[in-house]
Amino acid sequence: MRLSQTSPEQVEVYRFPWLAAALIPALALFFQAFVPVQLPFLSIFDVPLLVTIFLGVTRRNPVTGLLTGCVIGLIQDSLTPHPLGVYGIAKTVVGFGASSLGVKLDVENAASRFLVTYGFYLLHQFLYFSVQRGLVGQALGWAWGHELFAGLVNAIAAVALFAVLDRFKQRN
Amino acid sequence: MENLFTRHRNLSVLAAVLFIQVFGLAVQVKRSNDPQQTRLIRVWAVATITPFEQAIVHTQGAVYGVWHNYLYLRGVRQENRDLKAQIELLRLEQARLNQDASQARRLQALLGFKEQSILQTMPAQVVGSSGSEQSRSLFLDKGADDGLKKNMAVITAEGVVGKILQTYPHTAQVLLINDQTSGLGAIVERLRLQGIVRGSPNGETMLEKVMADEEVQPGDKVITTGGDGIFPKGLPVGSIVKVSSSDLFLKIRLHPAADLSRLEEVLVITKLQDVAPASGEVAGSQRAVDILAARLPGVPEKPASKDAEINGASKAEDGKVGDPKVEDPKVSKSRPATSSEPKPTTDGKPTKATAPTPKPEAPNAEKPQPNETLASPRPAVGPQAKSPQVQQPRGQPMQVHPPQVQPTKSVKPAPLLKPAADQPANDRMQ
Repeated sequence: MRLSQTSPEQVEVYRFPWLAAALIPALALFFQAFVPVQLPFLSIFDVPLLVTIFLGVTRRNPVTGLLTGCVIGLIQDSLTPHPLGVYGIAKTVVGFGASSLGVKLDVENAASRFLVTYGFYLLHQFLYFSVQRGLVGQALGWAWGHELFAGLVNAIAAVALFAVLDRFKQRN
Repeated sequence: MENLFTRHRNLSVLAAVLFIQVFGLAVQVKRSNDPQQTRLIRVWAVATITPFEQAIVHTQGAVYGVWHNYLYLRGVRQENRDLKAQIELLRLEQARLNQDASQARRLQALLGFKEQSILQTMPAQVVGSSGSEQSRSLFLDKGADDGLKKNMAVITAEGVVGKILQTYPHTAQVLLINDQTSGLGAIVERLRLQGIVRGSPNGETMLEKVMADEEVQPGDKVITTGGDGIFPKGLPVGSIVKVSSSDLFLKIRLHPAADLSRLEEVLVITKLQDVAPASGEVAGSQRAVDILAARLPGVPEKPASKDAEINGASKAEDGKVGDPKVEDPKVSKSRPATSSEPKPTTDGKPTKATAPTPKPEAPNAEKPQPNETLASPRPAVGPQAKSPQVQQPRGQPMQVHPPQVQPTKSVKPAPLLKPAADQPANDRMQ
């Protein structure tokens, strides 16, 4: 397992064909909106978040990462009843963080992907609840047990999902 | 300045994007009272995603329909037989409930109650969700073009689902009752305790604002109060699963009556109406007095000597056993002595000659009430009950049940059945 700090020159930067770059987030959003209706237990997954993290750590460009997170988050917001920007802010920060981390760390192996996803999931949820409470004024409840478990489930799913998405990336 | 921006380009972009979103959020929160506001991005996102969802759901439904309606028909014949038997049982139940409902409506009318009745519903299919664990909402395949509006109640046959939060031309967003931002006025049916139903972070349905000293128990049913103007009163919300005490209020977890995690088709209540039950409203063409008369036990035979003097009163008593209020002077004066009821002989046994002549009845009254066959204490209603001699076994003393005399019928022979609202007040069964 390699989690050492690497210089930007040492890490590989990938890009995606434009079709894949557009379709992967779109499919993630569609999955998130549609599949839980059929299979309710899958609502614990936040596939748009996983895609944001994947695109961020793979492309390793903070501006692209934060903009990707922002767009995905705003579209996700538009499907929910709450004001636009709650998921947008959370995913913008996650996209930026994942890209910045991708520059410094090697996140190509399963263990680092698991840890990175777990950490970013908790960060995302913390930001979401903070924005909801602080800016929107909705007193949502925070369930530690549920969030930790959901983070674990999402981190495991990320390892499998990233392995599939690796097929679409092209060396820059 | 330019140098600073270049050096911290990434952070500057991040700060700018975050600032824009926070600013936008603040604007939205400030304008949240505007009911007409719908952001364009929402319309675009919903309009982009829901057609695919609708296409998949409808294709899925079509494939399922073809499979189940044309291909997979094993056991359908047996199921058909079972369902027919079930229909028969339900008819019996319905007849009984009609009687109870009729009585309840009369009592409500007497008390001046107003109730909200569901006038119109629209079925809709669930095609998508919000895609977020934190906000529990659904998308339907019907929208503003189909007549749906904000704040319409969404239910299933089992119970309450939620309310319409936002409408789009071809879809509508429903906020479920287990969302954290939801709030539904509810009442514990057994104890008549009011509370608020809302969701927990885990998506559980909770009943809040019930004081800690109340004796709420698992299994108690929770229904809507009807006070919010969205849901009619009395719709099932769920049943209590777990009760734990917190500081001031109880922490009550509900099992929703409608399975919120597996919703496929729902009903949107598109029209509600405040209804004050009409005075003397009847179920079908039967009057409450007929129904109650049918349910009351037979009156014991009276000695012949007293028959003449209490003739009129006894007729009234046939319909109102032991109730002095029901005596109708009009009936006692105008009623012929033995025109419609068996006249006992001096030994107290009635003869065939005194048997009542069958009277015409309303179609509903003529049909033997199916529930009577189940409820043994109730006398039969209909022609058989009107001619007791037909039922008399040979060699047995004739058992004469008093006919189901309706006081007004002897006074006004035609029409025999009319809405009880037209009857004098003292004709109505109390």
